[in-house]
Amino acid sequence: MRKENNNRIRKAAPLLLMAVMALSACSKGGSADAKAPAKAGADTAITGAEFTEAAPAAQTEESGEAVTILIAAAASLKYSYEDELIPMFEAQNPGIKVQATFDSSGKLKTQLEEGLEADVFMSAAVKQMTELTEENLIDAGSVIDLLENKIVLIVPEGVDAKVSGFTDITDADVIAIGDPESVPAGQYAKEALTSLGLWDEVEAKSTKGTNVTEVLNWVAEGSADAGIVYATDAKTTKNVLVIAEAPAGSLAQKVIYPVGIVSTSANREAAQQFVDFLQTGEALAVFEQYGFSANQ
Amino acid sequence: MDYSPVLISLKTAAAAILITFFAGIAVARWVISIRQENVKVLLDGVLTLPLVLPPTVAGFFLLYLIGVKRPVGQFFFTYFSIKIAFSWAATVLAAVVISFPLMYRSARGAFEQVDQNLVYAGQTLGLSEWKIFWKVVMPQALPGILSGGVLAFTRGLGEFGATAMIAGNIAGKTRTLPLAIYSEVAAGNMEAAGVYVWIIVAVSLLIVGGMNLIAVKKQSFR
Repeated sequence: MRKENNNRIRKAAPLLLMAVMALSACSKGGSADAKAPAKAGADTAITGAEFTEAAPAAQTEESGEAVTILIAAAASLKYSYEDELIPMFEAQNPGIKVQATFDSSGKLKTQLEEGLEADVFMSAAVKQMTELTEENLIDAGSVIDLLENKIVLIVPEGVDAKVSGFTDITDADVIAIGDPESVPAGQYAKEALTSLGLWDEVEAKSTKGTNVTEVLNWVAEGSADAGIVYATDAKTTKNVLVIAEAPAGSLAQKVIYPVGIVSTSANREAAQQFVDFLQTGEALAVFEQYGFSANQ
Repeated sequence: MDYSPVLISLKTAAAAILITFFAGIAVARWVISIRQENVKVLLDGVLTLPLVLPPTVAGFFLLYLIGVKRPVGQFFFTYFSIKIAFSWAATVLAAVVISFPLMYRSARGAFEQVDQNLVYAGQTLGLSEWKIFWKVVMPQALPGILSGGVLAFTRGLGEFGATAMIAGNIAGKTRTLPLAIYSEVAAGNMEAAGVYVWIIVAVSLLIVGGMNLIAVKKQSFR
């Protein structure tokens, strides 16, 4: 009798294990591209099923059920959004929950092109927004050039600096910049360095991050001797020192952060409410606190 | 089309397998010779960790070790002026750490399935331990060890997470094929990424297929 029971358990165990794995896969929603972080303490929770289904789940805006919108925003906006703006917005709009995914504007653009179901997109450069608008993925009429940012040169804190400014940036062994092809901060870095005639030399010893936060942390860790990031990023960590701002006139245009509504958004009203909120005085005050300036 | 990632990946994988191959065999032999079961089990677990944990975990620990601001990294930097982080050597380091468990486990498995009677026979015939290892154990274990080596090589070729963390993405120096693919996809250059993908698939297929072919040929003589 015992032997029979043992056999049954042996047969059931692997099936049970598979069932547990299948259940946990369903409920955790392993969607690799929508890296929406579940914020601790904030009620932005949503079941993973929302991300793994092909068509967006029907959200009734009229019936008073909670609507959830997904913001895809440039990496440099992460702290201001997560720490202040999203909680502020949700407090003022109890019927709307906000989820957000942060990465380089280039990566997010690719994700949107590949079907990421975001409602609002805020990039760190006009380039990605324009390209998406041309592909009809962004509602052209909804685009607002909201913020301005500055590009700075940083070095690791606590390590003997190899460079003192843009002019001797080539004294560094490894320079961290965003990949100009996908990261706006990298585009701006390339532009500034090209206007200074230093681009080729810098590129030869550059490590290219796929988003500006990666660049920032490479410098913070001391792995790179210098890096070019936004002034707002430099403010978020004590492990880097800002030694120079991009020289006057080195950037043809200001660093502009536009925001727009994704044309395939299923929650247009809520998305518009969020975009309107971002233009209010109190939201702009938060941005300024983090080092951005309102675009005049 | 920049083909430097191909060269870098091959160089890195080659250097890594050179280290991993001998290290894996040596460590496997050592672990087998340990008599206390508990120590053996614990050691085996620790040595297998890089295989079962996400490579980013290995990257995390490596960064803590060799990062410029961390103890070991600082030591090398101040006394030898060598910066390990973000050098080509770091790509090799990442590949070695990640592929080591594969080599270790294959070698250990190969050694353990060697017929002990043959080893005893060698001992009764008065062969030294060293001779027994080379003339009796190794020939028997070789197929398993070689296949482990091939797996470790291809794993080193495909290493991404830890490499990105400790070696960075320096085109022409540390941008391996997987990093190049990631960067191109991030930039939306799907065609360029596709070329790299086909290259790495072809190389891996050739190697693994070649290994299988040799194994089949060996079998046909038995």
